[in-house]
Formats: sequence, structure tokens, C-alpha cells
Amino acid sequence: MIPLSYYLVFAAALFSIGLYGVLARKNAVAILMGIELMLNAVNVNLLAFWRYRAPDGIAGQAFAVMVFAVAAAEVAVGLALVISVYRRRNTVAADEIDLLKW
Amino acid sequence: MTTESIIWLIPLPPVLAFFLIVLFTNKSKWLSHTIALGAASLSWLGSMVVFVRALQVEHLGEHPFTSAINWLPLAGDWFEIGVLVDPLTVVTLFFVAWTILMIFLYSIGYHNFGQPTGDHDRPGLPPHAATVADEHGHTHKVPSIEPLYSRFFAFIGLFAFGMYLLVVSDNLLTLFVGWEIMGLCSYLLIGFWFAKPSARAAMIKAFMTTRVGDVFMLLGIVYLYSQTGTLTFREIFNEETLQQLATTSSGLLGLSAAGLMGILLFMGTVGKSAQWPLHVWLPDAMEGPTPVSAMIHAATMVSAGIYMILRMFPLLSAGWQEGTALTPALGIMAFIGAFTALFAATIAVANNDIKRVLAYSTISQLGYMVAALGIGAYVAAAFHLVTHAFFKGLLFLGSGSVIHGMEHGVLHTGDHVDPQDMFNMGGLRKKMPITFWTFLIGGFALSGFPLFSAGFWSKDEILADAFGHGQFVVFIVLALAALLTAFYTMRQIALTFLGEPRSEAANHAQETKWTMTVPLVVLAFFAVTAGWVGIPAHFPGIGGLVPSWFHDFVGSTLLEHPEAVEFNFIPLLTSVVVALGGLYLGWVVYKDARAGEADPLVNTLGGLYTVLRNKYYFDELYDFLFVRPAYWISETFTYKWMDRGVIDGFLHMIARVMFSLGSIFRNWIDKPLVNGFADLVGETVKRLGRTFRFVQTGRVQQYMVMALVIAFGTLFYYLFFLLQP
Amino acid sequence: MTMLQVIFLIVAAVTLGAAVMVVTARNLVHAALWLILTLFGVAILFVLLSAPFFAVVQVVIYIGAIAILMIFAIMLTRRVMQDVGPQYNPGWWMAALISLVFFGGLVWMLSSWGGFSTPLPELPEGIDPLRQLGQALVSPDAYVIPFEVASVLLLGALIGAITIAWERG
Repeated sequence: MIPLSYYLVFAAALFSIGLYGVLARKNAVAILMGIELMLNAVNVNLLAFWRYRAPDGIAGQAFAVMVFAVAAAEVAVGLALVISVYRRRNTVAADEIDLLKW
Repeated sequence: MTTESIIWLIPLPPVLAFFLIVLFTNKSKWLSHTIALGAASLSWLGSMVVFVRALQVEHLGEHPFTSAINWLPLAGDWFEIGVLVDPLTVVTLFFVAWTILMIFLYSIGYHNFGQPTGDHDRPGLPPHAATVADEHGHTHKVPSIEPLYSRFFAFIGLFAFGMYLLVVSDNLLTLFVGWEIMGLCSYLLIGFWFAKPSARAAMIKAFMTTRVGDVFMLLGIVYLYSQTGTLTFREIFNEETLQQLATTSSGLLGLSAAGLMGILLFMGTVGKSAQWPLHVWLPDAMEGPTPVSAMIHAATMVSAGIYMILRMFPLLSAGWQEGTALTPALGIMAFIGAFTALFAATIAVANNDIKRVLAYSTISQLGYMVAALGIGAYVAAAFHLVTHAFFKGLLFLGSGSVIHGMEHGVLHTGDHVDPQDMFNMGGLRKKMPITFWTFLIGGFALSGFPLFSAGFWSKDEILADAFGHGQFVVFIVLALAALLTAFYTMRQIALTFLGEPRSEAANHAQETKWTMTVPLVVLAFFAVTAGWVGIPAHFPGIGGLVPSWFHDFVGSTLLEHPEAVEFNFIPLLTSVVVALGGLYLGWVVYKDARAGEADPLVNTLGGLYTVLRNKYYFDELYDFLFVRPAYWISETFTYKWMDRGVIDGFLHMIARVMFSLGSIFRNWIDKPLVNGFADLVGETVKRLGRTFRFVQTGRVQQYMVMALVIAFGTLFYYLFFLLQP
Repeated sequence: MTMLQVIFLIVAAVTLGAAVMVVTARNLVHAALWLILTLFGVAILFVLLSAPFFAVVQVVIYIGAIAILMIFAIMLTRRVMQDVGPQYNPGWWMAALISLVFFGGLVWMLSSWGGFSTPLPELPEGIDPLRQLGQALVSPDAYVIPFEVASVLLLGALIGAITIAWERG
């Protein structure tokens, strides 16, 4: 039997890896990939809690649906932004986009 | 109108004239002199009316005209001031009124009224000349009118007020007021031509010197008031008061109260009547116009000094009986009077300026009067006062006429000689006859020419009194002075009028206008006749023909009618001999004085002549003793050391202390602490900013890192520390 | 160790490994491919969690749309990023540290929670989770409003993305 803890640890790990990717990668698209990883970890978490703690409820599933939708929307807009930035500044490295620099 | 009201009104017209001229008519010369002359005439009229009425009163000395008002409220009482006309006042009023009127008239001509304004005349300088052109276009110079004409009449009006006030006063306070007013006018009039440095110096010298005397006189007045509680003459001069004053000791030098008061009051006369040692101002006072010299320094102001001691004679002689030794006050007076008479006569012998000879002569004659009073010859002193006013005033006006004539000659010929130096004159008897004859009469009167001059009678009486009272030293000194007086008078007449003209200016001199010669004639009349009212009864020949009116009349002023001295031939003979002898000597030496020659006295006297020329160096002595120390005190001690050094130094020190305090505050507190703190705040913010701005890298990932660090940190802190059970 | 546990462990390991490769791959296209693998792994996990619908949705949307979209974006921004130079920024150690701390903290927190080791409960009889979900999403007293809002969100994202990426000229 797989206890809940397996899923929770797994989700935590995935989330942390995604966090590392967001914070440490240069390329903007790579950052978005990290975000995707994090969102996936969230989904796993949600569904694990639904399955193990309230299987006859529907909140977990509904929430997971929302997460899907939001992830999709966010990726679309984010990539549009990346492309727009790329057109302007000819770069997608996150640390080269520092207009707010002192 | 009652006599008392007239007496009150006598001093009024001149002071009204003063105010009118000063305030309103200054611009109009004609109006100014008319107002002044009118005022003098009114006062003259009042004086004559009073004179006539006074003569009709029996025993005026015991029942004088008096009138007093309550003036100053004191504790429970009043200080009264008022008028008093007793015999002394009557005769004084007589000569004062006449001389003032004549001099006012004379001034009109003297200041060249009617002449055109000068070419280069400036106010404050004597008028020089105006160029006029006649119908052919020839120009010649004529004397010009005085620029400050009206001012002169205003001042002599004020002066006349002062003299009349002094004469009619019944108390020492208003007498002193009149005294000081005359001192002020003397100052203003001596320095009438104020743009001349010599006139400025003379006016200050006159005021300062008489001031010395006035201070002592004021001390005397105050002392008198503190002892008797009154200043009214009639209240002081009663037996008990005088006796008490004579016996109380003043605590100073063993003098009685009366003696100290007398000496102090006499000091006022020493200053005002230019006695030694305060004589130095009178010769310098000749810087003023000649009417000023005549009026103030011959006839009236210097006479005021004598009038005052005549008035105060009962006080001065308190405790003295005839025949006994003189009181200290009287003794001092006799000494100073006799000494001054001889001293001034010797200086007059060597002087060449026509006016200065007369100035020294005045000092000498006043010495006569002081000496006479010092030996107790009250009536003789008063007599000489009256006659001297007439003939000395005449002589001064005559000298002014001579100077005018000489100036005319100077302008006419262009020969610029000093018109006042007698050695430039000569032969003027032909050019200016009226002046000559009147001057001669005056000169004879001064010398004491027997019988026909007023001076003879008064001077003879003084000598007779001196001899008769046994004051032989005084007698000899005064006789010597009389000899010298006659000598220098004849010297003056001979140099001026006799012989031949010694300069071109003298050659072209001409007689002066009627406004100047009429007063000369009037005064000459009095110079001859005034003596005849005082012919002593015992005089050989004519004595007794005319009652010795003067003696009885003026003598009745005193409580005890002074007795006339016994007749003695010796003083009479002495008097005649010195008078005629001196005149003859002077005529012989100087009748043939020629131009360019030196004064014969130079060879005769040698070194003594130089001493006389320099007036015994008294001016230099006083300069050394008093003037220079005074300047030193004022310039160095008071101004430099105390005012600038101590007081200003103290202020500067305060300023410096404040300044350094301010600097300390600024540099130690304000700048470092206050400014420093403000700067510190700003600087800290800047540095913090500079340091922390690097946080803003513009890189989102770093922002996120930091956000997460802080968020996790806070979260962990919250969960693990704050939620502990 | 049951079969399920083994399967789970293998799938989890693969997924995590792929995820690590996603964040460390130098070549971006490789990273995208690793991402696809990761997403697959997650889908399998969804199956294990008795949510097959979500597994399908994961594959269709995430892999089919999002990952493909990312590859598009990579391709479109290819010119500059030639995959040379380090792919991580200088502060990577801080990021790693945070991640580790976060992971550790999270696990530790969860382990102190009582329900950490909940065993797998039985599914309720007669209930079809999918049907239940569908009904919930359109039911007015359930989650229709979030559903509609999500639609609006998608619309907004659509319009926004087009607007942002609109090429001028």
C-alpha cells in the first residue's frame, strides 16, 4: 500500500526541483518549464489529498481542473511575453533584462 | 502812569525790539534799525521821566521807588523779585540811557547804512568795499553796508535789555540774570564778525574769562542766600543782618561771613570789569565793532561790575568804621584796584592800536573805581563811574569815527594800511574837525584836565579821599597812574590828530556822517558838564557856588550818609600837576612824530618797552597755566583716554566677547553639532542608499530568491517559535 | 513491498530524474523533451491515484499543448541562445540552498502532521468520480462559477497572448 506520505514527499521534491529551475536558470523559457514542474507538483498534491483524505468530495478534483486551466493560460501568456521580449531586446536571458537596475 | 510802572517798563522796549528783529524784520535793514532806535528812545524817555520824578522826592535814599511781585513759591513763602530806584539807580539810569541811545544812533552810521552792498562781502566778515560808477563811467570804491546789519541791532537790543534789567533790579537774582545776558551779548557781539579767526578766539576768551568771575559770584550769591534767606537788597542791608554777617565766621581762612561773601561777589566784578588778574579779555574784545566796544566795554557792561559792588557796598564794608583798618574784602579791592590802575596804564603807554589804548585805559579807570570803593570812598567811586561812562564812550565812538575816516582814505587811495594803527595816522584834525574837537574833550576828561572836564572832578575826589583816609600807598599809586593816563592820552591825540599825515590814507581821510558825529557832540557836552554836579563844597574858589548835589544825592543811598573829606591842598595839587604834566610830556614827545620813524619810547625804555608791548606776557602765562591743561584734559584725558579708551574700550570689549561667543557657538555647536547632525542624516541616507541600491539588480530571479528567503524565514520563525505550545 | 509500491517508486524516480534533467540540461530542446517525460510520469501517477481523466487531460493539454508550445517558443527564440555558456545564473547555489531548505522544511513539517501516513481508503461505491466532476462543474450550487471564470480567464489569456505577441508592421 502506498501511504499518502509517498505522494506528498514526491510532490515536495518535484516542487523543489521546479523552484530550483525557476531561480537558477537563465533562459526565460527554461524558467517557464520550472513553473510547469511546480504546477504539476501542486496537481499531484491536490489529487493525492483528494484520494486519500476526501475521496467522496469533489473539491480536490475541481480545484485540479482549475489548476490545469490556469496553467495553460499562464503558459500561453508567458510565452507570448517571452517572444515579445525577444523581439525587443533580442535576448531571452533573464538576467539580461534588468531595466529596473539601479 | 505811576513811576513804578514806568520803571517796570523801562527794560521792555529793547527786548521787544530784539524779538521783533529776529523773528520778523531781519530782512529789512531800515525797519530793523528803526525798531531798535525807537526802542532805545522809549527806554531813554522812561529813564528821563523816572530821573525827573526821582529828583523831586525828598530823601530818595530812605523812600526809594520800589515794587515787587511774588515770583517763586517756596515752602510757605514766596521769593519776590521787583524793581528798586534809589539815588544810585537814578544816576546810573541817567548815564546808561544816554549812552545807549547815542550808541544806537551811532551804529546806524558806523555800519554804513545807505551805502551799497559790497562786492565781495560775506556775512561774518567786516564789510570791505563796493565799486560804484558815476555817470562818466569812472569807478571808485566806497565803503559798503554791513551784511549782517539787522542782527547787530537785535543783539544790542538784547544787551540794552540786560543792562536796564540789572540797573532797576531790587534783588541779586535778577541782577545776575541781567549780568549774564550782557555776558552772552558781549560774546555774540565781540564775535560779530565771526568769520575772522581772531574774533572767534576773542569771543571765547571773553566769555571764559568772565565766566570764571561769574562762578565765584554765583557762589557768593548762594552763600548769601543760605545765610540770610533772601536776595532782596533792602532786606539784606539792615543793621542787624549786616552785623550778624560781619560777626559770624565763615569757617574759611578766618574770614567773616560778610567778608567771604564780599570777596566772592567781588570776583564777579574782577571778571566783568576786567581787573587784574582777569583783565586779559578786554583788549582782545576790541575785535568787535566799535559801537560794541563803546557800549559794552566802556560805558555799560564793565560799569555793571562797578555798579554791583557799589550796590553791595554795605555788605562789603560790614563791620568797618571809617578810620579803622580795612576789612579783608575792602583791602583786597583796594589792592587789586590800585594795582590794576597802574598796571594797565603802563601797558597803554606802549600800545599802537587806537582802540587797544582805550581798552587798557578802561581797565585802568575801572581800577580807579574799585580802589576808591576799596578805601571806602563810595560817592567818589559812583561819581567816577558816571563821568567815565560819558567820556570813555565818547572816546571810543571818536576812535570809531577816526577808523572810518581812515578806511575811507584807504579805499580812496588804495594804500592798504591798518586803519587802526596810530602810527599810520596824523594830521587828522584838519580832515575830521568834529571828531578832533570831541575827542580832545574826551581825552582831557580822561586825563583830568582841571576844572573843565568831568574827569577832573571825579578823579580829584578819589585822590582826595585816598589822601584824606590815610591810604597813602593807594594815593601814590593812583597818582602815578594818573600821570601815565595823561601821558598816553596825549600820545594818542598827538599821534592821531596832530602833526602831518603819515600815510596816504590819512591824507585822504574825511569826516563821518551826522549819525556818527551827533552822538559825539552830545557825549562831549556831558563829558564837560557832568562833573559840575559834584563840585565839593570846600573847593577853593568855586566850591559852594553850585551845591555838591551829587555827593548829597548819591550819599543818601547808604544807611549812613558818608561824610565828605576835609579839604586838603596836596591831593588837589597832585592831581593838577600830574594831569597837566602828563599832557605836556605827551605833547612834547609826539607832536612831531614823522612817518617811518620808530616810537621814541623804544629807545628810552629799551627792554621794558618789549615787556610792555607784550602786555607783561600774561596771555602766554595763562595759556600755559590754564588753556593748555584744559585742552589736554579735554582732548587727551577725557576724549582719548576716558571716552575712547575706557568707555569705548569697554564697549569694544563687550563686542569682542559677544563676537567670540558667537564664533564659539557657531564653530563648536552650530556647525559641528547642528549642521553636522543634519549632514549626518543626509550623508547616512546617501551612503545607505549607495550601499543598498545594489539590491536593485533588475533581475527578477534574484528578487524572487530574496523574497523566498525572507518568506521562508518568517514562516519558519512563525511556526517553530511563535506557535510553541 | 507490493507491486504498486515498486511501480510507484520506479515512476517517481524516473519522473524526478527527468525533472532534474529539465532544470539542468544545457540544450533547451533536450530540456523540453525531458519535460515531456516528466509530464508523462506525472500522468502515470494520476492513474495510480484513481484519476484517469486527469491523466488523459495531462497528456493532452500539458504534453500536447503546453510542451509543444514551449518547443515552439524555443525554436522561435533560437537565434540568440546557442546553448553555449552556462545555463544557470551566478546565484544558483542560493537557489539550490533554498530548494533544499524548502524541501527539507516541508517534509519535516508534513511528517509532524498526524495524517501523514494515511493509508489508501476505499473509493465510495456507486460513485463515478468523473461523472461527479462533470456534474460539479456545471452545477449552480457547486463549481459552475469557477468553471465559467476559468473560461473567461482562458479567453483573456487568449486575447492577451495575441495582443502581446502581435508583430507590428
